[in-house]
Amino acid sequence: MTDVIAPPAGGGGGALIPGAGTDHLAHPHEEHGPSGLMKWITTTDHKVIGLSYMITAVALFYIAGLLALGIRVQLTTPAGTFISFQQYNQLFTMHGSIMLYLFAGPFAFGGLANYVVPLQIGAPDMAFPRLNALSYWLFLGGSTTMLLGFATSGGAADFGWVAYAPLSTSTYTPGTGEDLWIMALVLTGFSAIFTGVNLVATIFYLRAPGMTMFRMPIFTWNMLVTGILILIAFPVLTAALVMLFADRHFGTMIYAVTGCHTVTGAPDAHACGSAVLWQNLFWFFGHPEVYILALPYFGIVTEIFPVFSRKPVFGYKGMVFATMSIAALSTGVWAHHMFTTGTVLLPFFSLMSLLIAVPTGIKFFNWIGTMWRGQLVYKTPMLMSIGFLFAFLMGGVTGVMLASPPIDFFVHTTYFVVAHFHQVLFGSAVFGGFAGLYYWYPKMFGRMLNDTLGKWHFWLLFIGFWVTFMPQYILGLHGMPRRVASYPAHLGWQSLNIASTIGAFMIATSFLFLLANFWVSWRYPVPAGDNPWDAHTLEWFTTSPPPHHNYTHLPTIRSERPTWDYNHPEAPTIRHGGPSGPGHPNGHGPIGSGNGGPPGGGDGSAGARQGVPAS
Amino acid sequence: MKIESTFLIGVGIFFGCVAAIYWFLSYEDAGGMMLVGTCLLGLVPGSYYFFWHRRFRGHKYFFWGKTERVVGTRPEDRPDATIADGAGVISSFPGGSVWPFILGMGAFVLLLSFVFGVWLAMVGGSVILTALVGVTAESRRGGTH
Repeated sequence: MTDVIAPPAGGGGGALIPGAGTDHLAHPHEEHGPSGLMKWITTTDHKVIGLSYMITAVALFYIAGLLALGIRVQLTTPAGTFISFQQYNQLFTMHGSIMLYLFAGPFAFGGLANYVVPLQIGAPDMAFPRLNALSYWLFLGGSTTMLLGFATSGGAADFGWVAYAPLSTSTYTPGTGEDLWIMALVLTGFSAIFTGVNLVATIFYLRAPGMTMFRMPIFTWNMLVTGILILIAFPVLTAALVMLFADRHFGTMIYAVTGCHTVTGAPDAHACGSAVLWQNLFWFFGHPEVYILALPYFGIVTEIFPVFSRKPVFGYKGMVFATMSIAALSTGVWAHHMFTTGTVLLPFFSLMSLLIAVPTGIKFFNWIGTMWRGQLVYKTPMLMSIGFLFAFLMGGVTGVMLASPPIDFFVHTTYFVVAHFHQVLFGSAVFGGFAGLYYWYPKMFGRMLNDTLGKWHFWLLFIGFWVTFMPQYILGLHGMPRRVASYPAHLGWQSLNIASTIGAFMIATSFLFLLANFWVSWRYPVPAGDNPWDAHTLEWFTTSPPPHHNYTHLPTIRSERPTWDYNHPEAPTIRHGGPSGPGHPNGHGPIGSGNGGPPGGGDGSAGARQGVPAS
Repeated sequence: MKIESTFLIGVGIFFGCVAAIYWFLSYEDAGGMMLVGTCLLGLVPGSYYFFWHRRFRGHKYFFWGKTERVVGTRPEDRPDATIADGAGVISSFPGGSVWPFILGMGAFVLLLSFVFGVWLAMVGGSVILTALVGVTAESRRGGTH
């Protein structure tokens, strides 16, 4: 059935009458049709697709986490015998590949963004629902393809998540696992491109009346910029992978450096391609990819800080322009991963990389400005977001160090780099991602996650994070190379490695608390109400979980905080970047009380509510 | 439409400048080409949005010509719009459909055929063709189920 959707009724200026002012089409459509497995297979609802993405991505996160534990156990002793060297190569390759391609990206732009962005802009669905469904199935197919590598006789891919040529050519890694890895990335690459198109089209065309671009929540802004970055970066990766596959199987010599021949088969050194070309293509994708993995999580914490500080976001426009600047600069820095190849323009890439610190610094300033003199509420989402600040700051500062070629020459391919990118990506994707999960879980399922278990999760994760990665900086400075399965005993690296392994197991334990939390929430549900956090943005206006096509009615949108304006008509409307008015942010009770939400929380009791004064 | 087009054209101009600087500093082909591509990725859709922005304002083409059908600014671009201003049909959204799943699985099998042999391509290709016909027919009928 095709649903023809008219906009929901307005709530401005008086009591809400669902459906008023529009015809019968305004009523939300309960989805008719199959249930159970068939419903899941045939759905085009962005909420179901978003949840499928998130569940798949979190499951893959646990798998990749187990692979990381295998790596850490192997490195506990200098000559570890837990796994063979070959298996070790497979483990770190698949750990990186799954975490980056199948968890961090899809969890954000396929999962959370898919679920939250249409809600935040007042849209009934994504712009292209069936394309959205296709994205998920391609992602699931790609994930399966990558994991199939473990079932082949040669094992999974083992050339690292960056698949550098010539190591990734058929001469050095002829296995089936590598081919599956390439095909997996082609599938997930198309999935990401389709999702990027969908996000951009949704944000440009399906906003509610009054939801101007500069009233969109920062999370939606960040997802728009991420969508553009996906469209810039992923086609390059897919093209590079097709050429790699052609090199491996169809006799082309695009990345080949040895054994080159002419069409007739006569040896010819001039027929060789360029191995560095792979690095250029890969990192032209790879560095924007890092920001595709970071910007959504920046967006998540920017939603959480204002809500749990009881203040509007500080420097709204600054945040938006900082996001744009980070994204723009990130596409001009790809070769800072290639300083030591000796083939790149050091000053250009060094300068561009250093410049990224400026907008990132603006973001940190604004996050702190948002919390400054706020009434901070230390619920789990807030703790996770604060954890993100510390983690990303440390990773960012070491990133500035690595942007300097002399330092990079010294620590390149050492554990210093491993520690750096884990702090950046773990900081954003794990702290930020699970902050978002704790924050939006009540909206998705209509029930709370347990805050005590959440705090156990956070503190174990936070301590484990530092215990794991700080020793790796020191190891890197002492010269321990990355991607080694053993190391000489006399160099004194073992104690730091043991510390790192202990930290990794603390992180793993912390994620058992998350599983326990899911179980508690499933078994002993605590109703969340529509707006348990007294949050600001539009998604908290509708029911939890939202109905099919999301809204039965909408409030008048006059600022970037329509739900807050609606629930607090006494508070002055805050315009972006403007000073907060008197009486604000004070005078509101504790949030997250468990059920029902705050007074006036959007629970559909229409008569008790008033529209926000139009100003 | 104006901010959308400015945003994308801004992407184009930024990468145009970066491409020029990078090219004349390095003469490196791959990066230069990719930066030019990125510049076009901003400019082409940005110009499209700008075209519609001007068309809504009554200009037939970007800056010249007149059209009678002046739409004005869309409700979602007006800061003072009420929800009622957006009354009317937003769009038609497809209901549930099994074809995206079948199309996705067809693509999955087709790509596996590159690894496991051409015989799988027959299966994958057939599934994809079936799904394409199915999804197109479904669109023409207005959806199934």
